[in-house]
Amino acid sequence: MGNYLLRRLFIAIPSLLGISVVLFTVLALAPGDPFEELASNPNIPPEVRAALRLKFGIDDPVFVRYFRWLSAMAQGDWGFSFVSRVNVDSLILQRLPATLIVIGSSQILALLIAIPVGVYAATRPYSIFDQIANTLAFVGFSLPTFFTGLLMILVFSIWLDWLPFVYRSDIAATGWRFYWEHVRQAVLPVAVLGVFQAASYTRYVRSAVLDVIRLDYVTTARAKGLDERVVIVKHVVRNALIPVVTLVALQMPSVFGGAIVTEQIFRVPGIGSLLISSILANDTPVIMAVTFVFACLVVLFNLIADILYGWLDPRIAFR
Amino acid sequence: MNEQELRGLINEVKDGTVSRRAFIQRLAAVGLAAPLATQLLSFAGVAHAQTQYAYKPTKAGGGGALKLLFWQAVTLINPHFAVGTKDQEGSRVFYEPLAGWDQEGNLVPFLAAEIPSRENGGLAADGLSVTWKLKQGVKWHDGKPFTADDVVFNWEYVKDPATAATTIGSYKDVIVTKIDTYTVKVAFQKPTPFWADAFVGAVGMIIPKHLFADYIGAKSRDAPTNLKPVGTGPFRFVDFKPGDVLTGERNPDYHIPNRPHFDTVELKGGGDAVSAARAVIQTGEYDYAWNMQVEDEILVRMEAGGRGKTMIVQGGDIEFITLNTTDPWTEVDGERSSTKTQHPLLSDPAVRKALSYLVDKDSVQKFIYGRTGIATPNFVAAPARYASKSTSYEFSIEKANQTLEAAGWKRGSDGIRAKDGKKLKMVYQTSINAPRQKTQAIIKQACQRAGIDLELKSVTASVFFSSDVANPDTYTKFYCDMQMYTVTMLQPDPERFLQQFASWEISNKDNKWQGRNISRFRSEEADKAIRASSSELDPIKRAAELIKINDIAITNHIVIPVVTRPRVFAASNKMTTHISGWDNSLWMLHSWYRE
Repeated sequence: MGNYLLRRLFIAIPSLLGISVVLFTVLALAPGDPFEELASNPNIPPEVRAALRLKFGIDDPVFVRYFRWLSAMAQGDWGFSFVSRVNVDSLILQRLPATLIVIGSSQILALLIAIPVGVYAATRPYSIFDQIANTLAFVGFSLPTFFTGLLMILVFSIWLDWLPFVYRSDIAATGWRFYWEHVRQAVLPVAVLGVFQAASYTRYVRSAVLDVIRLDYVTTARAKGLDERVVIVKHVVRNALIPVVTLVALQMPSVFGGAIVTEQIFRVPGIGSLLISSILANDTPVIMAVTFVFACLVVLFNLIADILYGWLDPRIAFR
Repeated sequence: MNEQELRGLINEVKDGTVSRRAFIQRLAAVGLAAPLATQLLSFAGVAHAQTQYAYKPTKAGGGGALKLLFWQAVTLINPHFAVGTKDQEGSRVFYEPLAGWDQEGNLVPFLAAEIPSRENGGLAADGLSVTWKLKQGVKWHDGKPFTADDVVFNWEYVKDPATAATTIGSYKDVIVTKIDTYTVKVAFQKPTPFWADAFVGAVGMIIPKHLFADYIGAKSRDAPTNLKPVGTGPFRFVDFKPGDVLTGERNPDYHIPNRPHFDTVELKGGGDAVSAARAVIQTGEYDYAWNMQVEDEILVRMEAGGRGKTMIVQGGDIEFITLNTTDPWTEVDGERSSTKTQHPLLSDPAVRKALSYLVDKDSVQKFIYGRTGIATPNFVAAPARYASKSTSYEFSIEKANQTLEAAGWKRGSDGIRAKDGKKLKMVYQTSINAPRQKTQAIIKQACQRAGIDLELKSVTASVFFSSDVANPDTYTKFYCDMQMYTVTMLQPDPERFLQQFASWEISNKDNKWQGRNISRFRSEEADKAIRASSSELDPIKRAAELIKINDIAITNHIVIPVVTRPRVFAASNKMTTHISGWDNSLWMLHSWYRE
């Protein structure tokens, strides 16, 4: 096991290096200028843009910039944002809590919906409940979050005026009010993301439970005269959740990606909105760092999923 | 408008037959920004008007939280690093200049004790210096006194190229000296009629010497105070998350009595302009939103029965079309649009004139920009409702056809005009942005009816406005026949603005396309006027020269102005704000209040 882990980690290093080369090259080929806003203001002399480009090393050849980035990264220096001149690591750390809260709660919400609905639907296949659940799940993951997000803003913020649609990281209130305000503003983004995720998880849970429920040991358990609830919860769901757990682990990076749009709509100050605004501003060091973090997440969660497989299902050996 | 007329007009202001406001409007109509107009008056011995602002609260504080929404988030709060106006606005919450510009172009003192004038001896008669008296008893947020040393330091800090300050243009050519603890002298290299530049308005915010002194030049990025500003302004710094939110609390020691009204200020950023407008006008979640680049139709719809209103303030920004005077399709010495060439079609004045007849500015205003873009005949933008006497515009397909016909451009079988085997086919580029593409379509249609075939091209804004030398699609390279964009006029001196027609500013390979003259226009007459305006001692003669440059560009159809773009803001109905088109929108934040 330890040996396997070590080997996998060693494989991860060259893949991350490869990813970083690709990211850097793509960014270098992409046109744009972090100081473009200075362009159409005749009060700012063009020399200032030139001086800034020189100062931040933007005009150096790509490979020079890449090795500078790599060696700095190896020493734990993530560089600084051209636009805000703040260190990239502190910028990311500032954004992480909001992302984790929103994504974390939306995942919990998604599982809280998906597991009961999926299991119940699978135990009564082709019943009316199953058909309704299936239809809703289909609708749920066909509707993109940018659409449902706007729809919810329109209904809950503008027509009904119940909930705010601007997410704030600096709520001035204290005590219970502080938590209440946080919950209120998180409701819409969490619901939008959670419902979207719940839809795809529901279909997955349903099919996983259907696979398990036909197996012989379930029939045996029933034949022993066990209560149906015990059969489902103890025998079926536990085994059916093995693939679901790995699915959730593998989906995490794409969930971060999917949250980018939602973050933008609700102005959640998360990593996703940081990535979008830096792409719009051509802020290369930040784009590089955030995308690299995403790449690391993909590699890491793949590894976790592999380990989880072996741990949950001893038939898979580590070799 | 010539020198004599100007002098007559100024005398009428002195006599009282013409009001200050009417004078400013007359000058604006021929293309001079309001601040320059008032500077003219101050040089002619007419004192600056002291504008009084409505301010009802009788004590400081008690106004609760002020919530501002900026769809472009503030990314840094050192005013001298500001990359866009959003950063200047963020800095303006904490920092103040010596004086700011109001909507009429008058100077309003902040850290200055009084506005320099000829009477109080602040303005030298030779135009070579201006002496500022500083307000006494002003304290930085950390309790240290504000003095002349701080002002001199700001000049040293900004003029150092290694600091890479974006405000360097206003400081590099002046010399600032301390006269005494509360007096500072700004000396110019040549007589400068537009003297209120350094330390004034958006570029003039003053940072404390005692906290920045160790971070001058190459170390400028390392200053801890870049992120935790200590200023003299109405609010003290509390917290800043770049790209997200900026918060401040009331400065109890603020140097203007009874202000500010609000206890805290929050500047939230991110998202898009439409939803920002919605959060202010429709749901009232926020008190104020900045720069509403939203189609007017949508704003009007939101305003109906909403909790907020839009405010439209005239500034100097202009959306215009540039016509290339050089040949963008032939490469000479490794560059296209080389000054060694002549444009095959546009070098014919008749073609340029015909094009100017074909830009339907009124329709562009009516159907695209609404209240947020006003048709104008002038390049140096001005309120268009005061029709200019020396320039005008007309949309007439008929006249365009006549002009072309008379110049020998004959229609071919495909309806496109041609002369000497050259067809009237041109490429017209702009950045990707819905109103711009709609404007392109309107102009293309009109051109078709006059026998001109326009190929429309749209470039991503990040490429179009980039300074990337390797990219052929930047607006400074101008590798096509016509292009359209907006130049901003945040801090208003038309002299720099009009250098866009100076032959020594031509954008080309030698200056890495950093020159300001994008059309590559060369005219001895214009050069002479630009030189004359920049060294002219007499402000009235200078103004006449500046107006002349504008008129040369317009009558030669080097540029075709489309619409001026006023600044658009949204505020809650209960708010009283004081917005100026010549300064940052938060310049008078200390006098905002809510009823």
